[in-house]
Amino acid sequence: MAKVKPRVKVPKTASAGEVITIKTLISHKMESGQRKDSDGKAIPRQIINKFTAEFNGQPVFSADIHPAVSANPYLEFTAKVSESGKFTFTWVDDDGSVYTDEQEIAVS
Amino acid sequence: MKKSILNGVMGGVVAALVSSAAWAEPVDDELVIDGDIKMVVRTKAPEGHPFDEIRSGWQYRTKETRALEVDSFNNPGMLRVEEGEGIWNTADGTEGKSCADCHGDASESMKEVAAHYPKWDAQSNRPINIELMINKCRTERMGAEAYEFDKGGQKSLTAYIKHQALGTPVSIDLTQGDMQSWWEKGKEEYYTRTGQLNLSCSNCHEDNAGNYIRADHLSMGQVNGFPVYRLKQADLVSLHNRFRGCIRDTRAEQPKAFSDELMALEVYVTWRGTGLSVETPAVRN
Repeated sequence: MAKVKPRVKVPKTASAGEVITIKTLISHKMESGQRKDSDGKAIPRQIINKFTAEFNGQPVFSADIHPAVSANPYLEFTAKVSESGKFTFTWVDDDGSVYTDEQEIAVS
Repeated sequence: MKKSILNGVMGGVVAALVSSAAWAEPVDDELVIDGDIKMVVRTKAPEGHPFDEIRSGWQYRTKETRALEVDSFNNPGMLRVEEGEGIWNTADGTEGKSCADCHGDASESMKEVAAHYPKWDAQSNRPINIELMINKCRTERMGAEAYEFDKGGQKSLTAYIKHQALGTPVSIDLTQGDMQSWWEKGKEEYYTRTGQLNLSCSNCHEDNAGNYIRADHLSMGQVNGFPVYRLKQADLVSLHNRFRGCIRDTRAEQPKAFSDELMALEVYVTWRGTGLSVETPAVRN
């Protein structure tokens, strides 16, 4: 299984008030908890259950994720930016791990 | 005679088929990856090819599937390419060496390299592809075990190496060693009907390219995107796995991966895509 690794694509620059598209992807197995192993034992659920994106500390987008979401969840959304700043992305794993990524954007 | 009876009895059906023919054609879209790398997805066929023009399987896929290959961020195969990069830089085997220890930066040393495989390998006196080249390095230089077919890092590392040739047109040198006779052998296999369904490669990928079968749009069976990310498997699929899958579907006995039969077929089918860009990891359904 590939290691859990978040990745984000945010434009480097934008003009004030522009609606930008943000793409996010985290490599994760998203084990649903519904499957059984070769011995017939249930494989415990382990998924990313929450995703949030903030811009300069203000929430921009968030999602609660459920077991039907497939491996390597990909989320794409738009945001309107009026000033330069930093996006912070957070993924929360069932096992308590929190994965984060940050991207700066220059707004002119 | 048979045709005229059909026309008489089922005129309406035939007309409907004819009118849908345009719909069954591949699209003429151009593929530019990340708005930067212009791919050759349609080109003049090499001399001696049955078609005048060859097309990448990309043009036969749906709009949604095609879109996945346009932006490398959206291409799910890139996760495995990244995994391959990790393997490239990780030491393995008794010599404690990684690929990078000899070959350095793959974006330099492996640039365009995979577009010219399979090559002739004088040592084993047969053609060699990227997978077998990796195994050769592993056993002879790294003191590591050869990867078993499709196991370990074989698919990811192959995809990573082939990805370094992204955009480079495929061209293999048939003048090396006995490549020409392997090409002939591959060609013979391509046109030989096999299995309970009595199908040859050409029955689908030459005679019926562009038509629909089992809810799928038959392509020319080009191999320029392998290992490909197949949505059906949600993973990379290697070329020899795909060969075996096709042969299984004709209900024939499947030759082993990297056997003489499949290596000859790889040489021949790779040649059939001469001029198309390497698309690894291509996205297909």
